[in-house]
Amino acid sequence: MQSSKRRSQIPVHVLVFLAPAVLLYTIFMVVPLINSLRLSFFEIVNQNQQNFAGLQNYIKLFTNSNFAPFFWRALRNNFVFFAVHMLVQNPIGLLLAALLAEGGRVRDFFRTIIFMPTVLSVVIIGFVWQLILNPLWGVAESILKAVGLGAWFGPWLGKPETALVTVALISVWQFVGIPMILFYAALIGIPDELTEAARVDGSTAWDTFWRIKFPLILPTVGIVGVLTFVGNFNAFDLIYTMKGANAGPDFSTDIMGTFFYRTFFGQQLQLGNPTMGATVAAMMFLIILAGVLVYMFLWARRVQTYEM
Amino acid sequence: MRKLLTIISLLVVLSVVLTACGGGAAPTQAPAATEPPAATEPSAATEAPAATEAPAATEAPAAGEAVTLTIESWRNDDLSIWTDKIIPAFEAKYPNIHVVFAPTAPAEYNGVLNTKLQGGTAGDLITCRPFDASLELFQQGYLTSLNDLPGMENFGDVAKSAWITDDNKDVFCVPMASVIHGFFYNKDTFDKYSLQEPTTREEFFNVLKTLKDNGETPLVMGTADQWEAATMGFQNIGPEYWKGEEGRQALIKGTAKFTDEPYIKTWQDLADWAPYLPEGYEAEKYPDSQTLFTLGKGAIYPTGSWEISQFEKDAGFNLGIFKPYVENAGDQCYISDHTDIAMGMNAKTAHSEEAKTFLSWVASDEFAALYANALPGFFPLSNAKVTLDDPLANEFLSWRQECKSTIRNSYQILSRGEPNLENELWRVSAAVMNGSMTPEQAGQEIQTGLEKWYKPQ
Repeated sequence: MQSSKRRSQIPVHVLVFLAPAVLLYTIFMVVPLINSLRLSFFEIVNQNQQNFAGLQNYIKLFTNSNFAPFFWRALRNNFVFFAVHMLVQNPIGLLLAALLAEGGRVRDFFRTIIFMPTVLSVVIIGFVWQLILNPLWGVAESILKAVGLGAWFGPWLGKPETALVTVALISVWQFVGIPMILFYAALIGIPDELTEAARVDGSTAWDTFWRIKFPLILPTVGIVGVLTFVGNFNAFDLIYTMKGANAGPDFSTDIMGTFFYRTFFGQQLQLGNPTMGATVAAMMFLIILAGVLVYMFLWARRVQTYEM
Repeated sequence: MRKLLTIISLLVVLSVVLTACGGGAAPTQAPAATEPPAATEPSAATEAPAATEAPAATEAPAAGEAVTLTIESWRNDDLSIWTDKIIPAFEAKYPNIHVVFAPTAPAEYNGVLNTKLQGGTAGDLITCRPFDASLELFQQGYLTSLNDLPGMENFGDVAKSAWITDDNKDVFCVPMASVIHGFFYNKDTFDKYSLQEPTTREEFFNVLKTLKDNGETPLVMGTADQWEAATMGFQNIGPEYWKGEEGRQALIKGTAKFTDEPYIKTWQDLADWAPYLPEGYEAEKYPDSQTLFTLGKGAIYPTGSWEISQFEKDAGFNLGIFKPYVENAGDQCYISDHTDIAMGMNAKTAHSEEAKTFLSWVASDEFAALYANALPGFFPLSNAKVTLDDPLANEFLSWRQECKSTIRNSYQILSRGEPNLENELWRVSAAVMNGSMTPEQAGQEIQTGLEKWYKPQ
């Protein structure tokens, strides 16, 4: 009797405390998201009328020659963008974290410096890097010339072959602090006893890192990977700031975010198409969902988490 | 213990970072990033609440209280001219109406405006892009018909052609100005090497070569923003090859194709310009080019009359202009005299009477004279006889006598479908100048795109 009474009271408690967060989250995230997905199944006839169109918009996205090549190119570019982050940003982040975790007096200084670009506005970052790399008055060319590598310089942001990787590397520069700080937090959480025991057993620093520390931070590696994936497939601001909505030259820096923007809001003489835009947004949502599911079922469940 | 503290503090930092990242997880979040341009126009945002105060709005005309009108525009370069010259002249006449000029960056204007109109937060007066972009807005009910507006009789059919329905029944914007394409040059540099203004293709390339041989940067232009290549390159010199209106109408009728010789020749010329452009022009943006030229570091700058006021202010040397070169000496010359700017009224404005008063004033002779002299390089479209004080503007205007006028060929009708012709011209013209596409490929891609949706082709 008493126990059932207590049981019925607990949910009220929980509900009251959950309510503000759930309410805000529902109003500002869940409802717009569902509404956006709903919009992708409609077509707009005029200002006051929307018709249900079924999967028509999706069929158009994958078969119409005005959308399909753009979609696939944006997706491919997005994977390149993601690959650069996985191959450059995260290993560098791990390296920096390992160095910082070793200690040293200037550790806090470097930790702050490296993390700083992350909190800067992307507009500032885009502007500063455009100035640095500007072939007319940029400092990059002078620096390369000073060390005798002037011939290596090119208008990287303006060439279709190099623009995407250049933008991706600028994004890496901005966000390298995040994997670094995550890895760092994981590394300093490893008890000293373990590394000391390894040293006593004659393990080199290299072996200690790869055989003892790295397996212990594998869960963090997974989190960093999935965060990078989500962040990259939502990326938009840096490319919009630096290359505009047309993601030039010749769409070589067009990723899902800019493709979505152009479709939804239009560009110059091209009018926006909200329903097709919502369709692109829904695809972005599905891609990100798929990535997160892969992480959850193929990585998070298999990686062993050690109690330390 | 210290280790524990460090971990806790790091966790706090991380939770902040993670929530920041997590916020971007939903794709619906992306539009938020586009807000900044809109947010830079506080007047438009504050307009909305004001409009909902119904009693105040209805009371205003009777009580003679001041009403605020907001102008949407892409001409952010003209902000000071509007606020210092044009608006004060209007407010002196109509003290009850306060006008705010609230521009957006040119490349973002159309997207931002469409979003604001859909969201009901756009200003009372809308600066109209020519042809289809504005026609679409009218057809969707965002702009009002201005057939009965006092002052509309001051405009001829050509002036109105860019802002009228296909059946010529409804005019929806008051024509304000046209711009003329051409080349600016540095007179001092030309004098130094005793060069003459080139009139033919051969002379033009000879001038470029002489300048290059002397270590100068002959031609200033970048392709990073893409539109310069199309607007200031392709649409600037192209009319000489496709014979202005004749070629433009032929495209609309379907009797000419973008794979035809005139178009290939135009792109070939752009490709031939490339060796004379500044080092790294592929990553050079429009403001870079303007700065480079006004600093005197480049000799010739292909552009249009809209640059006059900025260049006269910034350039520390003698400016000259010459018109687009013709293929052979003695050929008829054509100029792109593009009907560019007009102003219409937001159909949902709360102050339609005041907005109409302003538009009537825009249609008046007084405005034409004021605008043409405040903004040399924007030539009035009304029948008013306006005398221009600026010598460069007068020189541009004099070309109307010797050459035949045309407008940009992608603006009327041809940009109605997908893929959008204007966007495509930006892309391929920039690619041709970058050397990543041949003129023939460019013609082929544009033609294929147009044939997809445009029946006459």
